[in-house]
Parts: sequence; structure tokens; C-alpha cells
Amino acid sequence: MSQINLDYTAAAPLPSVVLDAMLPYFSEHYGNPSSGHNLGEKPKQAVEEAREKVARLIGASDREIIFTASASEANNLAVRGLAAAAGKKGNHIISSGVEHFSILNQLKTLEKDGFAVTLLPVDKYGRVNPDELAEAINEQTILITIQTANPEIGTIQPIKELAAVSANKGVPFHTDAAAAAGWLPLNVDELGVSMLTISGDQFYGPKGSGALFVGKGTRLRPLIEGGTQEKGLRAGTENVPAIVGLGEAAGLAYNNMNEYAPRVAALRDKLKESLFGSIPHLYLNGHPENRIPRNLNVSVAYVEGEALLMRLNAAGILVASGSSCTSQVLKSSHVLKAIGVPAELAQGSLQFALGKENSTDDIPYVTEKLAQVAELLRSMSPLYHKFLKEENNNAHVQ
Amino acid sequence: MPMYSEKVMDHFMNPRNIGEIEDPDGVGEVGNPVCGDMMKFTIKVKDNRLEEVKFLTFGCGAAIAVSSMISEMARGKTLEEARQISNKQVAEELGGLPGNKMHCSNLGADALNKAIDDYMEKQKLKTGSIS
Repeated sequence: MSQINLDYTAAAPLPSVVLDAMLPYFSEHYGNPSSGHNLGEKPKQAVEEAREKVARLIGASDREIIFTASASEANNLAVRGLAAAAGKKGNHIISSGVEHFSILNQLKTLEKDGFAVTLLPVDKYGRVNPDELAEAINEQTILITIQTANPEIGTIQPIKELAAVSANKGVPFHTDAAAAAGWLPLNVDELGVSMLTISGDQFYGPKGSGALFVGKGTRLRPLIEGGTQEKGLRAGTENVPAIVGLGEAAGLAYNNMNEYAPRVAALRDKLKESLFGSIPHLYLNGHPENRIPRNLNVSVAYVEGEALLMRLNAAGILVASGSSCTSQVLKSSHVLKAIGVPAELAQGSLQFALGKENSTDDIPYVTEKLAQVAELLRSMSPLYHKFLKEENNNAHVQ
Repeated sequence: MPMYSEKVMDHFMNPRNIGEIEDPDGVGEVGNPVCGDMMKFTIKVKDNRLEEVKFLTFGCGAAIAVSSMISEMARGKTLEEARQISNKQVAEELGGLPGNKMHCSNLGADALNKAIDDYMEKQKLKTGSIS
């Protein structure tokens, strides 16, 4: 059976040009970039070329790019690295309730270690209010970290405004751009951020590749100590193939984003229109317009997400859900909770992450199948039967 | 997606005894949408036996499979026999459930027991009114 993948945030296929760029660095140019002899030359050059490409994608200088093994690691380096270097400057960190767990969980740990953490609320679309940020900053504030866009509901934050508030108060500003890089044009100078996280696998780079932009004047301590690789901020011999792959993917994203991002966004809009046109009791999660091109998140009322996901999977359609049953910890999405989605609707959420591979031909099939699956699961849902009874009673009253 | 047994997948994809008995002898409801699973069982009792067992379930694959399985296990049994069915037995009949689903989604026996309780309660009221 053919499959329609609508879960490209989980994983995406590596383009052959990216794979081809990586392959020579496993065996042919296997040298260590730190070597003083000939073998180190080619790998070292490749790493520096990749650094330039990554820097160009976000409008940074190559000296400001630190390679990591994931966006999670980059987020940890940004937050814990800065907290460790802050010393007596203060102990207060500001973030938001809709961040990725690689931010939220380290903030919990830092709280146990004596740091004070403020998690700003968000509006019903998931956006932080710059005025509320300004009010939360105090003399002890050493860092503000707010995502560029939410990976689950797609909402884009007003980063420029938020970073301006922090710059006004002289506080470093980090943004987790893992969901945005490669999909939205990003320029660290225009945004006014001190640090920015990217993830290779979110824009067709290899898994296990990420980077942190660290602007001039931002002081960090390394999480991994050892040699002087990555300016002493990330010890350990470089994963040259992964770095080369990340660079290649960044180059492709920089050159082609103008073509694929609007195309995928148009496809996403078509899917949204088609689903809402065919399926009753559907609710949109996230901002109606201001969201990353490939993301669509809807709640199918009266049914549960894992059941939807499994039935769609059986029909060859691959999606994700924010229901508690689909999470290993059995908690429903903290993001949907933060934007005020009722528990029952959070359980029925479906997250679509389109990719370059999707086409308009997918839309009728996905719509037809989701409509069928929703109807079938509703037919066995006590919540839906209750709704029908109430509707019936109301009709009689009128 | 969790690793489900073939039996779980069969009962999830082809659930038995879906619905709500119109004039039921007993009704049992457990769970809520916050935890993710909710089951409503309705039963018909004849000569102390479960003549009919139907369910409505809001929940994950495991919750739907559990509801379907216990509805099959309970049908035709005496009330006493039906009460003996445990959540653990239902999971075993399904060829096992993933560890994290054992507690949250494995509520079929609780829901069925509640329906039987409801039936007994109603019987008491009936006999009470006669005497």
C-alpha cells in the first residue's frame, strides 16, 4: 500500500545530494579536522564550508556558529551554558509555557538548583505578549528564551518585538528556531537575538545535526568539556559527515526556500479548506494565518487522537497527535493546554506536518479517509452520542 | 504508535457490540476525557444472565479493544460469572497490552461491574416498591 506521510517533523528523507555530499567523509576523507597533517585538511575545510552555509541561512557570521548533535543539545548549551556563566549577574530566566521539552525540562532542573523561572502565558493562538515580557524582567534576569515558532501548532512568535524588549533591558535573548529554520527566512541581526537554535533534520538534513548561533558578546560555558573544538564550547571530535550534511541542507534551504515554502503553505491551506469543508465539528489549533508553512493542527471533536492515528495509519496516512495516549508519559499536549484547548479536544488533536514530497493529489484521499474515520469513531463515542441527544432535545424544545 | 498484539488490532479495527441499548436494564460509565478514556456500557439481563452487552468508548486503541473484548466475554454469562471477569483477564485475552496502557485504558471490567451494580440497584428499588 502506498503511504502518504503528513508527519515530516518526525523525520524526512535525506535528499540524495545531501547524502552524496556526506558520503566521502566516512571513508575517503576520514581524517580528523584537528590533525596537523594532510589527512585533516579536507575534513577541516568541509566543516568550515558547512559553517559558512549554516551562517548564511540565518544571516550570521561563520564565527558565530557552534555545531551540536541536535537542537535539544543546542537549547541546552544556550540555557545551561549561559546560566553557568552568569555567576553573580542574576538567577532569573524567562520563557514561555509552549516551549519544547528541551527548554522546559532544563528550566525545571535549574529551578531545583536555585534559579527562578518565569513561564509567560500565551494567547489563544500561542503567542507571547511583548508587554508581559517587559513586566516580567527584573534586575536578576539573565536570559529570555522563547521559540521562533511552535512545532506542534505552528504559531510564529513576534520574536523581533520580544527581542527588542529584552535588548532594551540588556538581557540576552535566545530563540529556539528548530521549527522555523529552513521554512521561514531568518536573520539574526534583523531579529535582534543573541542566540538561535536550528535543527538539521527539520529541513532535510541528517538526524543528529544541529547548531547554535552565539552572537558576539554572549558568554557561555560548555556542557561538554575537553578539547578546543567549536571554540571550546563543544568538545569532542567533530561528526564531519553530519556537519557536512547539515551544511548542504542549509545551502539547499537558503537557495530554494522561496520556491518550496510557499508551495507547501498553499498545499497546507488546501488541505485545511478541504478538511473543514467535509468534516463537521473540526477545530483549528494555532494561529489562522501566522504559522509556519507546513503545519496544520486540528482537533476532531468527540474522538481520541491515538484511535484516529491508528485508523489513518491503517489507511496509509501518517500523522501525529497531541493526545495523552500517544505520549509515553500519558499526558496530553502542554501546548494545547497552554492555549486553552479543552481536555476533550486536546485528546482529539491531529498534527499535520507537510513536506516537499506531498502533492495536491493527496488531499482528496486524506479528506475522504479522515471523514470516514471520524464518523466511525464518533459512532462509538459516548461523548458524541451525548451531543446528539442534547441536540435532539434542544430541537424538541424549540 | 504502541506495539499492539494482533488481537488488540482485530478488536480495534472490528469492534464487536458497539452501541447503546435503548431501554437498558443497567448502565455503567467510567473514565473521563481528561485522562483520555471513557467507557459507557449498557446491559440487558434475562434470567440472571447478560443477554446483551453494548458499549460506547471514547479512547485510544487499547480502550476500544478492551471494551469490545469484554463485551464478548460477558455476553451469555450469569451476573456472578460476569463479575468474576477482571481487567487483567481481559488484557490476557487480548494477548497482552503495552505496560503504560494497563492502568489507564484497561477499564472494561470496572465499567461492566458498574452496569451490573446499576441493574441490582434498580432491582432492589423494584422489589422495594412491591412489598
